Amino acid sequence: MDKIIQSLSPIEKKIIPYLEEKEISRICEKSNLDKTTVLRALEYLQKKEILKLNVKQKKIIDLGVNGILYKRKELPERRLLNVLDSKRILSLKDAQKESKLSEDEFKVSIGVLKRKALIELKNGKIILSATKEEMSKKSLEELFIENLPIEQSELTSEQNFALKELERRKNILETKEIKKISLEVTSLGKKIMNSEIEKKDMIESLDQEILKKDTNWKGKIFRRYDVTGNVPRLNGGKRHFVNQALDYVRKIWLEMGFKEMEGKMIQSSFWNFDALFTAQDHPVREMQDTFFLNKTLEVQDKKLLKTIKETHEKGVQGSEGWNYTWEEEESKKSVLRTHTTCLSAHKLYELSKLPQEKRVGKFFALGKNFRNETVDWSHGFEFYQTEGIVIDPELNFRQLLGYLKQFYKQMGFEKIRFTPAYFPYTEPSVEVNVWHPEKKVWLELGGAGIFRPEITIPLLGVRTPVLAWGQGFDRIIMDYYKIKDLRELYRNDLNQLRNIKHWMK
Amino acid sequence: MANIKIPRKQFEKEIGKLDEKMQGRIALFGTPVESLTDSDLELEIFPNRPDLLSYHGFKRAFLAFLGKKTGLKDYKIHKPEKNYEVKIESSVKDVRPYTLCAIIKGLRLDDDKIKEIIDIQEKLHSTIGRKRKKVAIGIYPLDKIKLPITYKALEPDKIKFLPLESTREMSGLEILQRHPTGKEYAHLLSGKTKFPIFIDSDKKVLSMPPIINSENTGRVTDKTKEIFIECSGHDFKTLEKCLNILVTTFAEMGGSIYSMKINLKELRESPSLKATKKKISLKDTNKILGLDLSEKELRQNLEKMGHNYSKGEVEIASWRTDILHEIDLIEDIAIAYGYENFNPEIPKISTIGEEDKKETFKRKISEILTGIGFLETSNFHLISKEDQFKNMGVNEKQIKETLEILNSKTENDFLRKNLSSYIMKTFSKNSDSEYPQKIFETGRVFEEKEEIEESEKLAIGIAPGNFTDIKQVLEYLTKALDIKVEVKEMEEIPSHLIDGRVGEIIFNGNKIGHLGEVHPKILKNWKIKMPVSILEIDLGELFQKY
Repeated sequence: MDKIIQSLSPIEKKIIPYLEEKEISRICEKSNLDKTTVLRALEYLQKKEILKLNVKQKKIIDLGVNGILYKRKELPERRLLNVLDSKRILSLKDAQKESKLSEDEFKVSIGVLKRKALIELKNGKIILSATKEEMSKKSLEELFIENLPIEQSELTSEQNFALKELERRKNILETKEIKKISLEVTSLGKKIMNSEIEKKDMIESLDQEILKKDTNWKGKIFRRYDVTGNVPRLNGGKRHFVNQALDYVRKIWLEMGFKEMEGKMIQSSFWNFDALFTAQDHPVREMQDTFFLNKTLEVQDKKLLKTIKETHEKGVQGSEGWNYTWEEEESKKSVLRTHTTCLSAHKLYELSKLPQEKRVGKFFALGKNFRNETVDWSHGFEFYQTEGIVIDPELNFRQLLGYLKQFYKQMGFEKIRFTPAYFPYTEPSVEVNVWHPEKKVWLELGGAGIFRPEITIPLLGVRTPVLAWGQGFDRIIMDYYKIKDLRELYRNDLNQLRNIKHWMK
Repeated sequence: MANIKIPRKQFEKEIGKLDEKMQGRIALFGTPVESLTDSDLELEIFPNRPDLLSYHGFKRAFLAFLGKKTGLKDYKIHKPEKNYEVKIESSVKDVRPYTLCAIIKGLRLDDDKIKEIIDIQEKLHSTIGRKRKKVAIGIYPLDKIKLPITYKALEPDKIKFLPLESTREMSGLEILQRHPTGKEYAHLLSGKTKFPIFIDSDKKVLSMPPIINSENTGRVTDKTKEIFIECSGHDFKTLEKCLNILVTTFAEMGGSIYSMKINLKELRESPSLKATKKKISLKDTNKILGLDLSEKELRQNLEKMGHNYSKGEVEIASWRTDILHEIDLIEDIAIAYGYENFNPEIPKISTIGEEDKKETFKRKISEILTGIGFLETSNFHLISKEDQFKNMGVNEKQIKETLEILNSKTENDFLRKNLSSYIMKTFSKNSDSEYPQKIFETGRVFEEKEEIEESEKLAIGIAPGNFTDIKQVLEYLTKALDIKVEVKEMEEIPSHLIDGRVGEIIFNGNKIGHLGEVHPKILKNWKIKMPVSILEIDLGELFQKY
């Protein structure tokens, strides 16, 4: 019991003496505390087994908006009766006019009075058939309204009848649910009420003042806290979870010895498509799929333009090309890049300026790409992609698979397989599948391949193998965070950002 | 992306049981299984293999891959019979200059095969046909037409026939204006003074390519035994490939191919299924794949992909569209060898990783700001006109140096010019979230000056926040970054800030940004009920210090 007494907060102590009061409001009055504080303290006391709270739900029937009005002006059927009382017979039209009832009220009143046989309808006229006595007697509905509010469980059968009648009509009644809380002090509680609870030497919160002198705290008791209780949430600063994931991928590349490539989001069609051997009539180059800007971007290197033209039209070094007339104008159209592969193309071209033996290396890119889409749960117009290339004269297909295996292992995908794929700029091409243990299927992860000679010869100047692979990123983030809707990634809902877990990889 | 659906029963009867192993083989052939139900198998066909766009085309290639019927398949072409001729008139030259045609006889069609014919036609149209622009295909029951055929172009009002799905005869122009299919493809003939048509020797119109066939000659049914096929378009090579895919598919269905005489460039017989030849080097193959194949293995693998090999030369089927270079044959060898059989290896290339300096710098900024309780946001690079300008108090006339997207499918048709708009939007969307709200974002913005400029910016917002709050953050940040900036009164203030409470941020003598309190009228635009202070700086100058 001592432990419990030591755990009482000042407010709890304040209300303990009044626990035997019948009404909560009385406790509030006596302790001079507001209701919320008292209710919270009572709950704490219940947790400490000092008392038991009984909550009873009650349904109280009271007047609705129309009910309040009718209580003041009388029910419409009474008003109609009053008019009829003097005239006895009236046409429907006149009756409505004189009783000043609305269309609805009038209809309802006629119905009610007919059912009670107080009036008759004949040839469009209302005839009063009620006796004097019937006229002076208050109806059950009227009596019911006068007695409101009433608790539903306490209704008499007559009141129940009136309730049903009135409930059929609009907004006359209103039912409210209220909670009635009563409390019962336990035997432990009674003992505590009879004990000395105001101990002078109890320390509440420890503050600077207390710490000033040793005697302030030496030999004193610290009030015991409920350490299991809830505390308010803390909001801290945090990086956006997508950026946390991007940093993780960046780290993987760096650990594997790759250098970061960086570049513009607005690219000419030349770098985004032509340099990557995507024919000019390829569907991806239609307005339907790609964002175009009202600006042209020109490639200055005339020699490069000429080589790319030849490559598309007739091919290079043993290639047949696409067999059409390549237009320089088409290549000038600027687009929002559709893949980071355009950065790889720039990199190869940059390396072509170096002596042949220096045209080697390992590079990666990480960034946003764009496609012209409407937005839904699985589509967006911006998406993250990461991509790596390895350039070296001695590379081969087996080594591409080796890199892929290593990269995906680092990313946390152990069970993967490689299947044939198609991309306009790689040959052979590979698709990386990952085994989904729950769905028991192979899912598509990323694409890879060795750049075609139609890419490397014009851009790099030599037919050195360039291994390349790329990975869309949004799905991986969604999978990690169990997010089902792509739109959740960039919603910037602060509640979501505050509560979301860190990227723990 | 094109998929094909194969009745499961047919596959299991003619190829093999669709167990897990078979599904694995299908994926490793390069045709991923999209779905498998009790009734159907659905496969994805990559755009480089239009020859697989029908069950019979797939079956031919896949059986070879399984080692059952390997090597280049040979089809007999029968000589043209009497009147098996298509006359091309010079009038088509400016509209749709080429056509290649063929006749198939001895077909026995059922519902599945008719469906397959309709399907492959549709799929070839949408893939290599580039939505009928490059190739349009017509298939007609031979008994409904009278050979020889003429291909010519006429003025639209001189063309009259009953188009498919119509109840009355229409003129060429009417078809483009009124008929649903006509309207869909009208753009392919726009600006042409004459429209192309195929007519038979009774002057009956067969079709008006690439739009629509005639109802009277247009339909293949289960009674049809003999058909006439035409492909028309602008690109001879694609037409040839397309026709070859079609006629060999019909041959796979049991039909016999008959050629026709056509005066295209010169008098020729169509189709020609002549294989193309390409050299392949065993050494190149082994080097690129990292394998040690013998010549015999090379030959076997090529045969599994439907090619023939002899003495360094490969014979390639006339219906394959994807072999542009030796490397494409090498990929075929890799597929036949089996991607699962390669032994992955990591080469010993020693390199040192290196992060882009700007990324390092941006991460440092993020660390500093999250350290003082700021949340990072991540918004789109595209933005709506309303968010970028109207809500920020910029009126229509003041819009300049902005990049607009020509064809956005969403309302976001501008490239963002700053990050402040999105900071305000974030506050606006989160008005029911707990305050204080302290947020920041780094990222790219776009402007059109003399050239297109892309630059990296940082924006910070505080709600509720005043000038002191935001200036404190600036000072904390610059101190942590060990840079010195000056704040001066700003002359030309941004439209969303309060005059007299805006500071211009100067670094190394250059204006790099501003900070200030947001004007109540802007807060009202965004329905934000808290005072907001905001900062935006260009990181370009700062990057250079590092």
